[in-house]
Parts: sequence; C-alpha cells; structure tokens
Amino acid sequence: MTWMQYLPPLLKGAQVTVMISLSSIAIGAILAFAAGIARTSSNPILSGIAFVYIVLFRGTPLLVQLFWFYYALPLIGISFDPITTGIMTLSLLTGAFGAEVVRGALLAVPHTQLEAARALNFSKSYTLWHISMPQAVIEMMPAFGNLAIQNLKDTALVSLISIADLTFQAQSMRNITLDSATVYTLTLLGYFIIALCIMLIVRFIEMKLRRGPAFPRSAHS
Amino acid sequence: MNPIIRFENVTKRFGALTVLDNFNFEVRRGEKVTLIGPSGSGKSTVLRILMTLEPFQEGLLEIDGISYHEPGGRGPFKASETHLHKIRSNVGMVFQSFNLFPHMTVLRNVVEAPVAVLKMNRGEAESRATELLRMVGLSDKKDHFPSQLSGGQQQRVAIARALAMRPRVLLFDEPTSALDPQLVGEVLGVIRDLAHEHDLTMLLVTHEMRFAREVSDRVCFFDRGRIVEQDEPERFFSNPQQPRTREFLSSILGEQEQMRESLRCAQ
Ligand SMILES: Nc1ncnc2c1ncn2[C@@H]1O[C@H](COP(=O)(O)OP(=O)(O)OP(=O)(O)O)[C@@H](O)[C@H]1O
Ligand SMILES: [Mg+2]
Repeated sequence: MTWMQYLPPLLKGAQVTVMISLSSIAIGAILAFAAGIARTSSNPILSGIAFVYIVLFRGTPLLVQLFWFYYALPLIGISFDPITTGIMTLSLLTGAFGAEVVRGALLAVPHTQLEAARALNFSKSYTLWHISMPQAVIEMMPAFGNLAIQNLKDTALVSLISIADLTFQAQSMRNITLDSATVYTLTLLGYFIIALCIMLIVRFIEMKLRRGPAFPRSAHS
Repeated sequence: MNPIIRFENVTKRFGALTVLDNFNFEVRRGEKVTLIGPSGSGKSTVLRILMTLEPFQEGLLEIDGISYHEPGGRGPFKASETHLHKIRSNVGMVFQSFNLFPHMTVLRNVVEAPVAVLKMNRGEAESRATELLRMVGLSDKKDHFPSQLSGGQQQRVAIARALAMRPRVLLFDEPTSALDPQLVGEVLGVIRDLAHEHDLTMLLVTHEMRFAREVSDRVCFFDRGRIVEQDEPERFFSNPQQPRTREFLSSILGEQEQMRESLRCAQ
C-alpha cells in the first residue's frame, strides 16, 4: 500500500473529527456563556449550580468523563450512541473551561462602565447584554481560540469509545499495514491542518469584532 | 416649598471608616450648589449616595419627598430594585472620567437610555439627542466613536447623555479634573449654560473656584464628612469665616494661580 491509499480512510476519520469538534465547540460556547453569566449572577442558586458544574468538569480527566458517560450512565438506564456521548462530553468540558473565560472577561469590564449604566437607570439584564457583553466578548476571543484548539486535540480520545475519528482510523491503518511512520505523520498533518483552520476562523471573528474605531488596538495593548 | 434633596443625620461607613457622620444637608429645587473641599473629605461619596452607587447605613435621605430606604427594604440599599429605579429616574450624573460606552457611537450613547429605559421611540429619541448634541456643540460628531474624540468632547457627550434622561437633579463629580487645561473651558461653558435652566437642580464638585463663584447659588466647604461653612459665593469667597476654609482656599487658589502662570509661560 502506498501513502495515497491511506488517504481515503484517514479523510473519512478527519470528517468525523471535524464534525465532533465543531459541534462540541458550538454547544460548548453556549454552555460557557450560560455558566459564565450564571457565575457572575447575584443569585446564589444559579451561581452555585454553575460553580459545581465548572469544578466537576475542570477537575476530572476527559477520558474518565467519556467512560463514565459511555459505560457508567447506561447502568442507571440512560444511554446514548458513541457520537452523542462524545459530543456531549466534549461540549461539557469545553463549556466548563469557557465559562471561566466568560466570567473573567465580564469581571474585567471596567467598573466605571457599570456605574454609568446604573446612573442611566438601565436594568441589570440590559446592562449585561448591551454594555458589558459587547465589550467583554472581544477580550474572550484569544482564550476561546485556545480552547477550540484544545477541544480539537481532545477529540482524539473519543476513538476509545469506538468512534471512527481520525485517530481511530489511524490506529486501524497502522494495525493493518504496520507502517507507523507514514500513518502517524499523515495523522499529525491532518490534525495540524484542522487546527490551522480553527485558528484562522477565530482570528477572523476577532478581527471582525475589533474592526472599526470602537475598539482601537492601542486601547487594549 | 420643601427641599428636593434632604440628608438628615446620614451616616456612611466603608468598613471601619466613617465617611459621613450624622450628615445634614438640603438643596432647594433649581438650586445650583458647589461642594469644595480637600481630597478624601467625602464629596464624591455624597454624590454617589445620591446616584445610588453607594448605600448608606443610617439616617434619612429623600429626593423630592421619596425616601431612599424603603420600610422593610432589604440588601445594602434597604430598598427593592424597583424603588431604586424610581429614585434614579430623578437623578443624572456626570463622571470625572466621562465613562462613555466605547462600543457605541456618540449618537447611540445619548439615544440608548431614553429608548431602553424611558421607552421613547427611536426616531423621537434621535431627534432629541441631535438637539442635545447641538446644544453641547457636537452635532458634527454624532457618528464618531468615543475613542475618536478629545476628553473635552467626550465630557460634553456625557453631559448630553445625562440630560437625555431629563433628570431633575444633575450631579457633576469633578467634570473637568481629567481634562488637559486647554479643554476645561469648553466643558465649563456647557455647564454654565445649564446653570441658567431654572428647574434643573445642580450639585457640582469642582476645584475650579472662579467657575464655582460664577455659577453657584451656594458654595459649601466640605471637610471630614461635614459641611464646615456654606454661603452664597460672593460672601463665601470674599469673607470666609472658618480658619479651615481660609486655609483651603488660599492653598487651592495659590495652586491654580501657579497653574495659570505656567500655562502662560508655556504659550
Ligand atoms: N469604595 C470605597 N471603599 C473604601 N473606602 C472608600 C471607598 N470610596 C471612598 N472611600 C474613602 O472615603 C473617603 C471619602 O472619599 P471620597 O471619594 O468621597 O472623597 P472626595 O472628597 O471625593 O475626594 P477627592 O477630592 O479625592 O475626589 C476617603 O477617605 C476614601 O478613601
Ligand atoms: Mg472625589
């Protein structure tokens, strides 16, 4: 077999990897905003629930989380197919790390902005969505970029709950051909290219947000 | 007529530090009052309490007959969010550091609160905002962002933004202290125009003594959380009674004279 023949199965795996990564990044982002905002809420119940969620998922290994959702949860009668389990677990993990980013950026909005909003009699939720969030979101982008890359790399673990992602395909190819060097080099290259695309997308969004005179770079550097 | 603002034995503490101790102070409707005093004497605290940016622990504070504390009110402000909302609808504030919203254009900075809070329709709010921006001399800047304006222009936008909410009481906390000396005049000009509005009550903290003398109905000298001396400006400045007032005035007037002198030399 030549390296050209390795490509179709690897590409099929790469598709699965991209699909899992993109969906869990998207769902993770929603969870990150929900939990991050809840953490800054003055309601102790909301903030408490968010705290427990964040600590649980940040404090345990992803592999164990995957096994727990895949093997342990069915024991109490709740089971999902591997892909759903993979996306769900990765979303929850990305969301937990993302929540800290959202919370940090919200807390970094200058206090004077909140006082101005209060002096104009804006409601708390209006202040959150129209004053704090637009300023905070820009500050979140670099950290979100890192989390997205981390998420992509973490997807490799879903091969261990029998999902045919890039890593899974690489393993099977190697087992058949024993050509470790070629197979793993191609696999590394595959992850690298996907990572590059993710980085470019995040940079693009950040540039879009930063464009215009509202947020001159100098004010932030 | 009863006063629009009434502090009665108000006590304000930050932890162990008592900033206002049984503070008493009244302001008549439409009165223009200037607070002066050394750093740390509690001038900002008085304005911030009025704006509900700071709670106070004891005593009575009323605006237009409404008490800040509600009977049975909870939390540090001893009042519900609805009640605070009602109180704030009477008051506006202009900050030392302008605090414009950087992600909104000048026009949106002025329009946003009337639309979101007063539920004014956007078209009407925009035409009023345009009118206010003309009044502060910035009609040509309405599509700019705050970062594109000088400090003096930003402060004038901030004044227009506060006025758009039609406050009955407008608070200024050292509105020109963050400005380069050559930009102070344009902001004072706008405030001077406002001082002619009969219905608007103004409370101004400033170190611009000449300006205070010109626009105020009353000047109050503040020291360690108390009003040591207050009078109408002519008498206050020409014949201060308390030694501490005299000391403060001579130190600050000396400073400003030096400032002006160095500016003149620089030119
Ligand atoms: N958030 C706070 N926490 C603790 N202490 C505070 C706080 N804000 C103000 N203080 C203290 O309260 C006192 C009065 O402060 P305030 O800002 O009212 O003074 P000021 O008269 O406005 O002074 P300046 O001319 O410097 O602005 C000061 O001793 C200050 O250190
Ligand atoms: Mg002050």
